[in-house]
Amino acid sequence: MSAPAETKKLTKKDLTADHPTWCPGCGDFAVLAAFFKVLEKLQFPHEKICTIAGIGCSSRFPYFVNGHGVHFIHGRALPLATGVSLSRPDLHVFAFGGDGDGYSIGGNHLDHAARKNVNLTYVVMDNFVYGLTKKQTSPTSPTGFKSKTDPTGAIDQPINPMKKLVYGGASFVARTHATQVKHMMSVFERAIQHPGFSVVEVLSECVVFYPGIFDDGNPRKGGEFDIIDEKVGDGSPEDEGRHDVTDGNAAYELASLQYPGKFGVFYQNERPTKNQLEQQWIDSTKEKVGDASTADLLSARFASMK
Amino acid sequence: MSVSATSGASETSESPSNIPEGVTELQDAVIRFAGNSQDGIQTIGGFLARLAGRSAREVMTYMTIPSTISGGASIFQVHLGSGEVLSAGDESDFLFAFYQDSYNNHISSLKEGGICIYDSDHVEEIQKIPGIVHVAIPITSTTVEAIGGSSRDRGKNIFVLGLVTQLFSLNRDKLITLVEKQFGRKSEDVLRNAMLAFDAGYAYPIGDLLGREFDLKEGAAKGEDKVTTDGNTAMTMGLLAGGVRYGSGYPITPWSTIMEQLRSELPKYGGLFVQAEDELSAVSMALGFAYSGHTSVTGSSGPGLSLKMEALSYATMAELPIVVINVQRGGPSTGLPTSVEQSDLMQAIYGSHGDSPRIVIAPKNVEDCFYVGVEACQLAREYSCPVLVLTDQALATRIEAFSQPDLEKIVVEPVLDQDARGEDFKPYPIDGLTKHAPPGTEMEGGKYPVVTGLEHDEWGHPSGNPDVHAKMNARRRDKVKAFGETLSLPEVYGDESGEVLIVGWGSTWGPIRESVNRLRDAGRKVGTFHLRHINPMPNGLETIFEKFDHVVVVEMNDEGLYGNGQLATLLRSRYCDPKIVSVCKTDGLTYKVREIIERIDGVIA
Repeated sequence: MSAPAETKKLTKKDLTADHPTWCPGCGDFAVLAAFFKVLEKLQFPHEKICTIAGIGCSSRFPYFVNGHGVHFIHGRALPLATGVSLSRPDLHVFAFGGDGDGYSIGGNHLDHAARKNVNLTYVVMDNFVYGLTKKQTSPTSPTGFKSKTDPTGAIDQPINPMKKLVYGGASFVARTHATQVKHMMSVFERAIQHPGFSVVEVLSECVVFYPGIFDDGNPRKGGEFDIIDEKVGDGSPEDEGRHDVTDGNAAYELASLQYPGKFGVFYQNERPTKNQLEQQWIDSTKEKVGDASTADLLSARFASMK
Repeated sequence: MSVSATSGASETSESPSNIPEGVTELQDAVIRFAGNSQDGIQTIGGFLARLAGRSAREVMTYMTIPSTISGGASIFQVHLGSGEVLSAGDESDFLFAFYQDSYNNHISSLKEGGICIYDSDHVEEIQKIPGIVHVAIPITSTTVEAIGGSSRDRGKNIFVLGLVTQLFSLNRDKLITLVEKQFGRKSEDVLRNAMLAFDAGYAYPIGDLLGREFDLKEGAAKGEDKVTTDGNTAMTMGLLAGGVRYGSGYPITPWSTIMEQLRSELPKYGGLFVQAEDELSAVSMALGFAYSGHTSVTGSSGPGLSLKMEALSYATMAELPIVVINVQRGGPSTGLPTSVEQSDLMQAIYGSHGDSPRIVIAPKNVEDCFYVGVEACQLAREYSCPVLVLTDQALATRIEAFSQPDLEKIVVEPVLDQDARGEDFKPYPIDGLTKHAPPGTEMEGGKYPVVTGLEHDEWGHPSGNPDVHAKMNARRRDKVKAFGETLSLPEVYGDESGEVLIVGWGSTWGPIRESVNRLRDAGRKVGTFHLRHINPMPNGLETIFEKFDHVVVVEMNDEGLYGNGQLATLLRSRYCDPKIVSVCKTDGLTYKVREIIERIDGVIA
């Protein structure tokens, strides 16, 4: 049985746009490849895919995806993506960015997108350094990291993104590593399927300005890729000790582990999205006013001012 | 107070007994209520303005609000008239003083022959001013007594409303309907107390104390109840009529009441207004709505507009349509949050980095806030660029009456254009206006657009090519310029040629027009035009300038380092005409007519 013509499969070829301008060896290539593979699997209509980013190396992402996209200003990808998500429930909205964009200049927006539980997926390619501006300290640079703005070593305590995300109220929080493509794909897929604000922190190495920083999480470089053992709910005694993704305190404990820590889904819990709550308000309001036209509504309001 | 016919006698005695008895007919009256903000004096003013709108009277109000959370000295001034009312009035005919300090601070606002009614429970020292009539009424204790011995004096504003109703022979039935409409929504108790206070005020023998009553004449036009509201409400209505369905903002005085109303109103239209975590998020979210294919709005007041500037430059570069309302207040910095100023003009036009042309328009009065709101939406859609609307604190809060707009003709139903785009789709055609393909649009050529803040070519591809940057800068400038070419010359009011041409923009329209009337009455040859479109301006203003000896630009901003206000600087820059001079001020208050007239004579001398 042949499929109808319009259900032509969306392929990586269709989704590929400009060749990335990232440096050879950059972890972000793998993130892009994993994203394409997940989209190939999920088969969303091509025109409904929308990628949004701010400023930074990883924020160039939308240029490399052939889909509707926005390359916005530094730190504000999430507010713009929120506008798209709230007003266009038909779209699949993705925001991409780095640690500077997401945790420093845009840090406040991340807390509020999380609190509001806006329905979109946000992927942070965290490289612990400012790469596009050529090696300044980033909010996730560990203390002691020598950069052009901290020539004798970074002195400020870095942000712990996982703690920030769990505490901020993101309803899906996961962590993965750009060298672990299969893991990355599975986490991306779960993030995309999650209704609400889903965030994936990807350790993605900057081979030019911070080479080797993530080797501790990469088995091929002698590190350990320690995957979270999630509860399966089979009632077995060993399941007792496994991680419950709906337990915020347990997620916070995972986030407190010594670097390189664990990888996988830290937290996942469904609560009403801002999209749903606003739509409920719109629906109940519209129900009250019935099928009044714009002119009717305005007239009624003017009448109350007479 | 212009008095018609009945009384020609002198009213300079401070003793009520010397005033001619009977009913005095008034053409117009300026009534000032001075008290504290929690006394609800705005409520009295609001009722009187609403009544005027129902009685074929013109009305304009003026109020000061303290920027404190609760309390603080506050005034509300109502100018009611049967003719054209263009300003809130320089001086008042009647003063209602609730406290000693309100008395002390406002007694000088009375005209000669003015009447001061004060609360003798609070005001103890009266100044002996020749020509001012004093009437002592124990407003607080009488109100408390009327409502039933409660120690609360909450109803004294409504008591005074009753007093005013009787004093000016206002239409009691209409007022009661309005009072019932407002307080009936709350609870029966609240309404009952309000009516008790109103009746006590209405029954108070103020006519006996004064020895006369007044009859505020109704205007000529009958039959139409006017819309009576403030500028922020009119602006909100204009945005809704213009097709705004989505927006985002952050609270700041005096912008907040627009966002509050949009938040409540938009769901009725299937739309949404989101309170963002900060100004940067608000403008970014609004751009997200715009990118998604909607007519979108954000807004703020001075400091908040500064915070939005980076994103507005992006909107110019990416050619996204967005309406930005800026309710100006006194600056710089936190400045005077509840006072008026027109000092954001340069910020509105030039406030962003890079060459970022955009459209800037300004409403002249409350009614115009509606029409400017509608126009801003149309312009944003047509030219796909930011449209900044400069209103101000005075317009935002003052109440005027105007005819209901012809909604059937004006209303724009927004359309989300997702028609498939062909292979030749160019978001930025060098010879045409931008029409984006919002997300969700099928691209028949298989290539999807990325909207960017990087310089880009016609297809939207980033480009660092020097020629491309020069060409695209010109493109973004020329489309705004092209809009300027569609504008007709502003109408000149008063003399078409002569001694002085007064040029204004924004909320100074009323006082400037009244100044022209008074100067012409005094035999001077004076005209005025008011700029609604400030960036771009209409072409050919020089043909008006050349017909006058002097061009005086009246603005509420500082004269700057070189003696010119912000619009005057722009006009001088464009026309290189030293005849253009400035009248400026930054005292946080609206212009008085007398002030304009005196200052003009100062600068042209």
